[in-house]
Amino acid sequence: MFSLDLAVNAIVAGLLLGGFYAAVTIGVTISFGMLDIVNIAHPAFIMLGSFVAYIVNSNFGLDPILIGVVMAPLFFLVGMGVYQVYYYAFERRGEESIQGLAFFFGLLFVGEVALILVFGVDYRFVEAPYIGPSLHFGFVDLPLRMLIPFLASLLMLAVLQVFLGRTFIGRAILAVSQDRLALQLMAANPSRVKQIAFGISIATASVAGALLIIIQPVEPSIGRDYIGRIFAICVLGGMTSFPGMLAGALLIGIVESITATFYGPSWAPAVAFGFLLLTLAWRPAGILGR
Amino acid sequence: MVGPILEVTGLGKRFGGFVALQNINVSVAPGERLGLIGPNGSGKSTLVNCLSGALHHDSGGIVFNGRRIDGMPAYQRTRLGLARSFQLPKPFRSLNLLDNLRIPLLYTVNARHGAHLSGAEIDERCRALLADVGLIDKARRLPRDLTQVEMRKLELARAVASDPRLLFADETMAGLSPSEVEEILLVLFRLNEGGIAIVLIEHIMRAVMRFSTRLVVLVAGQKIADGTPQQAIKSPEVERAYLGE
Amino acid sequence: MMSTVKFWIASFVVSIAFLVLTRWLITNEYYFFAGYQVLQFIVLATAWNILGGYTGYTNFGTGAFFAVGAYSAVVLHKLTSLPVPVMMLVGGIMSGIIGFGMGYLTLRLKGVFFAIATLALAIVAQTLIVNWDYVGGSRGIYVIRPQHAPISGSYIQYLYSLMLALTWVSVAVARTIERSTLGLGFNAIRDDELAAEAGGVPTLRLKLIATTLSGALMGMSGAPLPYYVTYLDPASSFNLSYAVNSVAMPMIGGMTSWIGPIVGAVLLGTIQQLATVTISSALNLLIVGVLLILFVVIAPNGVVGLMQSRWRARIR
Repeated sequence: MFSLDLAVNAIVAGLLLGGFYAAVTIGVTISFGMLDIVNIAHPAFIMLGSFVAYIVNSNFGLDPILIGVVMAPLFFLVGMGVYQVYYYAFERRGEESIQGLAFFFGLLFVGEVALILVFGVDYRFVEAPYIGPSLHFGFVDLPLRMLIPFLASLLMLAVLQVFLGRTFIGRAILAVSQDRLALQLMAANPSRVKQIAFGISIATASVAGALLIIIQPVEPSIGRDYIGRIFAICVLGGMTSFPGMLAGALLIGIVESITATFYGPSWAPAVAFGFLLLTLAWRPAGILGR
Repeated sequence: MVGPILEVTGLGKRFGGFVALQNINVSVAPGERLGLIGPNGSGKSTLVNCLSGALHHDSGGIVFNGRRIDGMPAYQRTRLGLARSFQLPKPFRSLNLLDNLRIPLLYTVNARHGAHLSGAEIDERCRALLADVGLIDKARRLPRDLTQVEMRKLELARAVASDPRLLFADETMAGLSPSEVEEILLVLFRLNEGGIAIVLIEHIMRAVMRFSTRLVVLVAGQKIADGTPQQAIKSPEVERAYLGE
Repeated sequence: MMSTVKFWIASFVVSIAFLVLTRWLITNEYYFFAGYQVLQFIVLATAWNILGGYTGYTNFGTGAFFAVGAYSAVVLHKLTSLPVPVMMLVGGIMSGIIGFGMGYLTLRLKGVFFAIATLALAIVAQTLIVNWDYVGGSRGIYVIRPQHAPISGSYIQYLYSLMLALTWVSVAVARTIERSTLGLGFNAIRDDELAAEAGGVPTLRLKLIATTLSGALMGMSGAPLPYYVTYLDPASSFNLSYAVNSVAMPMIGGMTSWIGPIVGAVLLGTIQQLATVTISSALNLLIVGVLLILFVVIAPNGVVGLMQSRWRARIR
């Protein structure tokens, strides 16, 4: 049953959702788009971020976003550690493809199961003053629990964009993503730079996880739904471009929202994955790949 | 056979906004030794990739052995007799040298109409090819046990195993010592004597000058000279391109 | 080196002997139940390895092929009454078609994108089934096991025998490929696809053969599932644990030969059965994941690889 308010609200909700999806994807844009590391375990780190936010929030009442930001340095260190293992096991040997994938796949799985063992399969949620109220503009509803994460996400994107463009380390990361050899000639160690970049990508998961649990209650297996979304958005956005990724995220958010509103939420997971398949099928690829 | 074995007309290739090749016209006669030179980034490898089928060209036509091969996948071009070696050797790492050669034999020579070599015949050919490039002693070893120059030779042997009429030798001698360059050059001369037209893409000028009966110069995606080596080198555009670098 | 024909015969004899022995000596129904699971894993691991280990393309969508086989059987079961072997064939064909289609869409890409696409495919397939009420949708469907098995013994024993037969076929097929021109072509693609293509290997065609064959075998192994569990729902049949297991078993066992998936499947399958019975089923998935990570980091060539290097070291 089509109605204008429903459609407009679906689009608005989709936009807000899409903004959040950008926060979720930014980590993979860095690790996969820029560093060529297929971290399909990223959703596991996001779920970890959500549950960390849950624990601290339910025990100390701190604001979830604040928790996400405060925990980010910890996640950064974890990310550096994971990269270290990845580097020694795979990158160094040049055996990146199949074993590297399996490594992250295993990590994804272990992450989910570990969370289930510790927290069980119940839905967890956080308490915050902005979960509940909505702003109203005519017939358009703007739930604060979606608006705040949307704004936080855009802020995080802007900060990272500035970081990559203006700071020395940021520019080193951009250089690595384009030409490893050039970096070596500049006497900077590529794997050190990559380690920092990967750490940053995992740090974003801390914030993204906090945003997620604000938007909806979470349970460990939700991470799986995000694998396809993340890579669909990353690929749609052209792999390395932040603005492109944001556009892709908004697009997917809107299409998912419209699908859920008019066809039912059980179809929504297929949207992002379907998008991904179509995008991959129509990529202008010669056999040389990208 | 009368007429060129390879005829390229108006070939163009771009990567996004970057024009890698522009209006390339070149032809190769059967059994010819053609040298292809140009500064780094001039499009030599892109040209080889487009002609061998690793990349799709955007415009222009390629006729090989009298057939249009635009749009044909690389493996079909190899089966027609157009072979290439890779600038950075790409051996099949988990297979020994014999098996490395067995693959092109099984998938090109044996895939052509009429021919059907038995396992023993294929084995024999593999050994003969390895002996030709002096690698027969390492027949059962893996590629990682090879020296640099041996890898290049394996690369050439593999390209030749498909019984081609035209071979693109892409920077086979890069980074080798003078005596190693000499070894490779001898192999190439011998292959050419066997009837294979060879396009030598190289930076090592004395090797190119010695080897080529004709020289094509590529700069910034465009052909700026095409003639005998002496003619091509003396042309003012080439001087400008190389000295002005 | 045994010829292909001899291997088919030898493995057939071994399988028959194994079947006769187990059915004669074992009386506890539980062992056939568990045995079915392990055999099923051997098939999944072997099928996965044809595309993953031989050809170098990682498939995370095992669940999709497996479940398509299972749900094909459900549809057939609702429409008419067919013997299970026929259902297995149909399941295999359906999953083979899916494998072909997926391959056609995604095999032109780098291996990494292919892997991600397989994940996407699995979710899309699951979403389609979840929304298809004819087969029960998300609520699932009950399937009634026939009263009598076509051969003597319980129905579970019958399913176990069928799965053993499928295991024999899968392993023999895998070994046949290994020693054939096709297998050499797969190997070339895995080692260096560009060089393979330049060497005359029709890479797209071979990759499609691999995905189709791999998918078909997975589908065949899924077809008897409805009768095995009697209650089928998307959450369990598309479960990511099938994907993890079918990746972990060949990796841990060894990806370069037909023996590896068997070793990995028996090892991991047994561990999981023990863990489920003694501790909990969530923990056993954790074990698989951790083992996968450990092996991938420390012993990337799997158990078979370890054996091979020890043997080589001893010769010198």
